[in-house]
Amino acid sequence: MSDEAVKIPKALDGVGGWLDDRFHGARGVKVLMRKVFPDHWSFMLGEIALWSFVILLLTGTYLALFFVPSTQEVVYHGSYAKLNGIQMSQAYASTLNISFDIRGGLLIRQIHHWAADLFMVAIFAHMLRVFFTGAYRKPREVNWLIGITLLLLGMLEGLFGYSLPDDQLSGAGLRIFEGVLQGIPIVGTYLAFFLFGGEFPGNAIIPRMYIIHVFLIPGLILALITAHLFIMFWQKHTQMPALGNTERNVTGQPFWPYFLLKGQAWFFFIFGSLAVLSTFAQINPVWLYGPYTPLAISSASQPDWYMGILEGALRIMPSWEINFLGHTLTLSVLIPFAVPLGIIFTGAALWPFFEQWATGDRSEHHINDRPRNAPARTGTGVAAICFYGILWAEGANDVLADNFDVPLYTITWIARIAVFVVPIGAYYVTKRICIGLQRHDTSMLTHGVEIGIIRQLPDGGFVEEERPLTEAERGKIDSKKVPLALPAPGEPDANGVPAPASRGVMGWARGVANRAFTETVAAPDGHGNGHGHPDGHEAIEGPEHAAVGAGEPGESGEHADEEH
Amino acid sequence: MSSIIARRRHPAAGYAAVAVGLVAVGVLYSTLAGGGASAAAPAQASTSIAQGKSLFEQSCSSCHGLDAQGTTQAPSLIGAGAAAVYFQMSTGRMPAKELGAENDRKPTDFTEQQIYAIADYIASLGGGPPIPSDEEVSTVGANTALGEELFSTNCAQCHGFAGAGGALTYGKNAPSLNASTPKQIYTAMLTGPEAMPVFGDGTITPQEKRDIIAFITDTRNEPNPGGLSLARTGTVTEGLLIWLGGLGFLVLIAMWLTAKRRDRAMDEHGGDHVPGDHATTETAEKAESEHSS
Amino acid sequence: MSEIEEPAGTAPRRVIGTPSPAPVAVDTAEKPAGPPLVTDPPDKAHASRAELLVAALFVLAFLAGCGFIAAYIGLEVGSSNLPPGANAVDAAFRSNLALGLALSVVLLALGAGSMIWVRHLTPNIEIEEERHELKSAPGDRAAFKAEFADGAAISQVTKRPLLRRTLLLATAPLALAPLVLLRDLGPLPGTSLRYTVWRKGLRAVTLGALNPLRPGDFQPGSMITMIPEGFQDDADAVAKAGVILIKFEPGQLNFPDRYNGSTLIASMNWSIDNSLIAYSKICTHVGCPVALYEQTTHHILCPCHQSTFDATNGAWVIFGPAARPLPQLPLMVDSDGYLAAASDFPQPVGPSFWERG
Repeated sequence: MSDEAVKIPKALDGVGGWLDDRFHGARGVKVLMRKVFPDHWSFMLGEIALWSFVILLLTGTYLALFFVPSTQEVVYHGSYAKLNGIQMSQAYASTLNISFDIRGGLLIRQIHHWAADLFMVAIFAHMLRVFFTGAYRKPREVNWLIGITLLLLGMLEGLFGYSLPDDQLSGAGLRIFEGVLQGIPIVGTYLAFFLFGGEFPGNAIIPRMYIIHVFLIPGLILALITAHLFIMFWQKHTQMPALGNTERNVTGQPFWPYFLLKGQAWFFFIFGSLAVLSTFAQINPVWLYGPYTPLAISSASQPDWYMGILEGALRIMPSWEINFLGHTLTLSVLIPFAVPLGIIFTGAALWPFFEQWATGDRSEHHINDRPRNAPARTGTGVAAICFYGILWAEGANDVLADNFDVPLYTITWIARIAVFVVPIGAYYVTKRICIGLQRHDTSMLTHGVEIGIIRQLPDGGFVEEERPLTEAERGKIDSKKVPLALPAPGEPDANGVPAPASRGVMGWARGVANRAFTETVAAPDGHGNGHGHPDGHEAIEGPEHAAVGAGEPGESGEHADEEH
Repeated sequence: MSSIIARRRHPAAGYAAVAVGLVAVGVLYSTLAGGGASAAAPAQASTSIAQGKSLFEQSCSSCHGLDAQGTTQAPSLIGAGAAAVYFQMSTGRMPAKELGAENDRKPTDFTEQQIYAIADYIASLGGGPPIPSDEEVSTVGANTALGEELFSTNCAQCHGFAGAGGALTYGKNAPSLNASTPKQIYTAMLTGPEAMPVFGDGTITPQEKRDIIAFITDTRNEPNPGGLSLARTGTVTEGLLIWLGGLGFLVLIAMWLTAKRRDRAMDEHGGDHVPGDHATTETAEKAESEHSS
Repeated sequence: MSEIEEPAGTAPRRVIGTPSPAPVAVDTAEKPAGPPLVTDPPDKAHASRAELLVAALFVLAFLAGCGFIAAYIGLEVGSSNLPPGANAVDAAFRSNLALGLALSVVLLALGAGSMIWVRHLTPNIEIEEERHELKSAPGDRAAFKAEFADGAAISQVTKRPLLRRTLLLATAPLALAPLVLLRDLGPLPGTSLRYTVWRKGLRAVTLGALNPLRPGDFQPGSMITMIPEGFQDDADAVAKAGVILIKFEPGQLNFPDRYNGSTLIASMNWSIDNSLIAYSKICTHVGCPVALYEQTTHHILCPCHQSTFDATNGAWVIFGPAARPLPQLPLMVDSDGYLAAASDFPQPVGPSFWERG
C-alpha cells in the first residue's frame, strides 16, 4: 500500500548534515518528529491565543512604524476633513494618519485590535477548558500559574494598547485608571503622580504606556509563552479519557507531518477570521470618538471587553467612604478595584493547591476528567463564570438599559443581588446536573444505550430498546476516578492518633472541603468513597478496579519505577 | 382547495398556516386601525393663527386645556413658543399617545403647514422662541471642528459620540439623532424638550448651533470605512462579536479539524491500530532515548 | 572524519595525534522490521479528487493574493493622493474592503486547502508514545544533591557566614537603586490636588467657543460647560477646573448651607439670584466628566458608573458609587456683568484620595 521511500533532495541533505555536524541533532529531532500530540478540538484553544499573539507582534510592528507616541498638540489638517482645525495630540493625529492616509493602515489597525480581543477570548476559553478538565493538576501546576500570569499581562497590555491613540473613549478610561490609583491608601497619590508625571492628564503617560506596550510587556509575554510551551512539550499534553488512553501513554498522530499540517491550517483559519472581521466589522473608530479632552464624555463608554469586569464592579458598588483623622478611605473605588479580580486571580492561582489539599490527591494526572465526574470543581467553575459574567454585564448596564428598555437603576439593583445569589445557586444546580449525568452514565453501563426504537410488549407495556455500549464508549465512562475520602477530622490514623493535618479549624475545614469533593455517585462496581488512602495510593481490590482506561493502581510517583 | 388539504401533513404546513394567519391579522389591523388619534385636516383656515387655534382645540386641548393653560395631565404651553411646538409635533411626539416616561419619535399625521399654524397660535398666546428659518439652520460654511468640541462636551454624554442615543434614568433615554432634521435639532437645543436641558442662544449662539448641526449631519452621513458600524455604540457590540462570531466560528473549525476521519485509523505499517497495542518496534528505542536525553 | 562522540566514563586511551581507535558514532536506528511504512491514503480516487480541490483552493489563494497587491497599488487613500473634492472616508472604505477581502480569501483558502490536505490526502495514522517518567530516579536525585553540596562547599559560602552576610549587604543598595531611580518619574503630589486655578474675579468662558456669559444669557432649564478664561490650552488645569452651570426656575434650588467640619462647602448664597449655580464637572467617584443633566428630574448623572447627584440639593449623591456631592464653585458677577468665580472651590475636586481629609 505504500510508495517507495521518498528520496531527500541533495540540497536539504547537505544543509541537514552541515547543521548536524555542529549541533548533534539527528536523534533528538527524530524523536521530535515522532512526538504525539493528542487530538481534541478543545486542545486547540490555546493555539488561538498563540497565533493571535504572533499576529499581534507582526501587525504591531507595522503600526509602530507610523504611530507617534507623543502628546504634543498639533492642529489637524488631514484627510479626515470633519476634524480639520481641531487641536489634537500627535498620537491621535498619527492614528488618523494610519487609518486614512496609509494604504492597508486601517486594515492592519483593525486586525491588531481584533487580534487583541481574540487573544484575550482565547486565553479565557483555554483557561476554562484546562480548569474544567482538571488539566492543571500535578505535574502542570506551574504551567497553570504561568497561564494566569499571561492573563493578567494580557489585560494590562490591551489596556495600554487601546489607550495609546489618545481618543475620547480610551482617555476617559485613563482618567478612571488615574482616579482609582489616586484612591489607594497612603501611596495612591504618589503612584498616580509618578505614573502620569504629575497631574492628569499630563504629557508623560502616552510615551510611557508606549514603551510598556511595545517592549516591556510583550517581552514578558513572549518569555512566558515560551516557558509555557516548553513545559507542555516536555511533560506532554494531557489527553481525553478514551479506550486505550492511559496515564502512561499518549495516542494520536505524529508531529511530522500531521501537527505541522494541522497547525498550518489552524493558523490560516485564525488569521483568516481576523481578516474577515477586519474587513466587515469596524472596531475602535477613533475618528468618531474624537481626540481626548478632559471635559467630554459619551454615553455607552465601556472599555474593551476584558476590562468589563472592573467597569461593572465600579458601577455595581454603592457609595461607601470612610473619613477619619484627616484621611479618606474610598471604599467605593477600592473594593471594585481589588475584590472581584482579586477573588478570581487569587482563587484561580490557588485552586490546584486547594484541590490537592481538599482531596489529598498527590498523584500525577495525564488523563483529563470529564467535567461531570468532578462536580465540586465544575460547580465552582460555573459559579466563577456567573460571578464574572454578572459583573461584566453590569459594565454594559446603560447599553442594556437603552436597548432592552429596562430602567437603568433596576439593572444595577438586579446585578447587586444577583452577584451574590446567582453564583451560589449556580454551584448547586451545576453539581446536581453533574451528578445526574453520572447517574445516566452508570445506567448506561448496566443497561446500555437507548436506540430510539420503542417496542410494545405482549402485555401492553412499552419498552425502549437498548444496545450494549461499545468498547470505546465503555472505556470513556469507566475512566471516572472517584476522589478518595479523607479520614474524618479527629479520627485516628494508622498510627493511632489523629493526623496533624486533620486537627483544629484547618482540619475541620479540610473535612468540609473533602466532603464537597467526594459527594459523587459511587463507581459502577459499587466501590466509591472511603476505599483508598490519601496520596493517591488506591487499594488494590481486584479485577473490578482494573477497568480499561481507569489507570493502573498505585500511580503515585514512588511506585512508577516498578511499572517500567 | 383539495390540493391544500392533500398537503396538510407536509412538514412545512404548520409554518405556512402561521404565516397566513399573521398576514391576515396584519392586513385586518391596518385596515381597521387606520390613522392615529388626530383629527382630519380642517376645512377652514382664514389666518394661520385661527387655523392653529382650531387644530389646537381638536387635537391638543384635551390634555393641554382649551386655552393652553395646562391641566393635571399636561403642562401649560403659554410662553412655550413656536419652536417647542415645531419640535414636538414634527417628530410625532405630540399629540402624545400615552403618558409614559417619555414620548418617542413617531411618524406625524400633521403637515408642515398645520404644524406652523399651531405654532403660530401658541406663539400668539405668550411668545417664546420662534421657529428658525431655513437659512438659520443651514450648515453651509459651518465649522465642524467647533461643532465636534461643543457636541462632545454638551451633547455626547446623553446622545452618544456618534448620535446613536443613550440611557437616562428611570426608563428614559436620549434618542438617536439619525432621523432628526436640522430644524428639529435646532429647535430641540433651543427649547430643551422633556429631560433635555435648554441650550438657548445665550449659551450656544445660533452659529454654534449650526456648527453642531453640521457635525451631527456629517457624522451620520459618513460611511464606516472599517466595515459594519456595529451600531456605533462602542466596545459592547465588539465584545459580543468576538465571542460569538470569532470564538464560535473558530470552535466550529477546530471541531472540523479534529473530527474523526471516516477512513479507519491505522498504525504506520498499515495494520489496524488497536489501542494499547505497541505495534511499533521503535517504542523501546524511543523510551531509551528519552531517558538519555 | 567527523568528531568522535566518546561514551561518558569509558574513554579509550589514545596517543595524541593518532586517529581514535573508536569507530564513528554507532548507528542505533534500525529500519522497521515489519512491512513497509504506510505513506498514502487508502482510497486513491478519493485522494485525487481531494488533491484537485486543494489545488483549486491554492490557486484561488494565489489569485486573491495578486488581487491584494493590485488593490494596494490601484486604490489610493488620503486626500493628498486623491483627486480634489474626493471623499477620503469613502476611499478608505473602498481600500479597506478590497484589501481585506483579498487578504481574507488568501488566508481562508490556504486554511481550507491545508485542512482538506491533512484530512483527505494523508493516511489516517495513529501511533502511541510512552510518557517518560517525570520524576528523576532516586540515584540521579542523590547524585544531584551531592554535586550541589560539593560545589557549595567548594565555594566556601556555606562555611563563611561573614562572606555571605557582607555579600548581601553589598548588593542591597544595588537592589534598591532601580526603585530610587524611579523617584524622578514625577513630582510629589504636595497640595496640588487640593486646589484649582479658579480665583476671585477669574471669568468663566464656554468651552470650545470661549464666550464669557452674563446671567441673563441663561434660561431656566439651561446647562452649559464652562472653563476658566485663558486656560483653554492647559489640559491639566481644565481637567480639574471644568464646571457645569445650571439655571433653575425661581424656588427650585433649595438646600441648606453644608459644612465639612467648620468649612462651608455648599451654599445657596454662592449661586446667582438663587437660581444659577455652578458645580464641578469632575465626578467625585473616579473623575469622569459628569455631564448628563436631566431637566425634568434635576438629576446630574455621570455616564461612567451612574453616580447621580441632585442639582437642586447641592449636588447631593442620590444613587451610585460616588461618596461625596459635586463641589460647588462660588459665583459672582464681575464689574462688566460677566460670570466669574468668587473664589476657588471650598474643597478638593475630583476623586477622593488618602490625604483629602
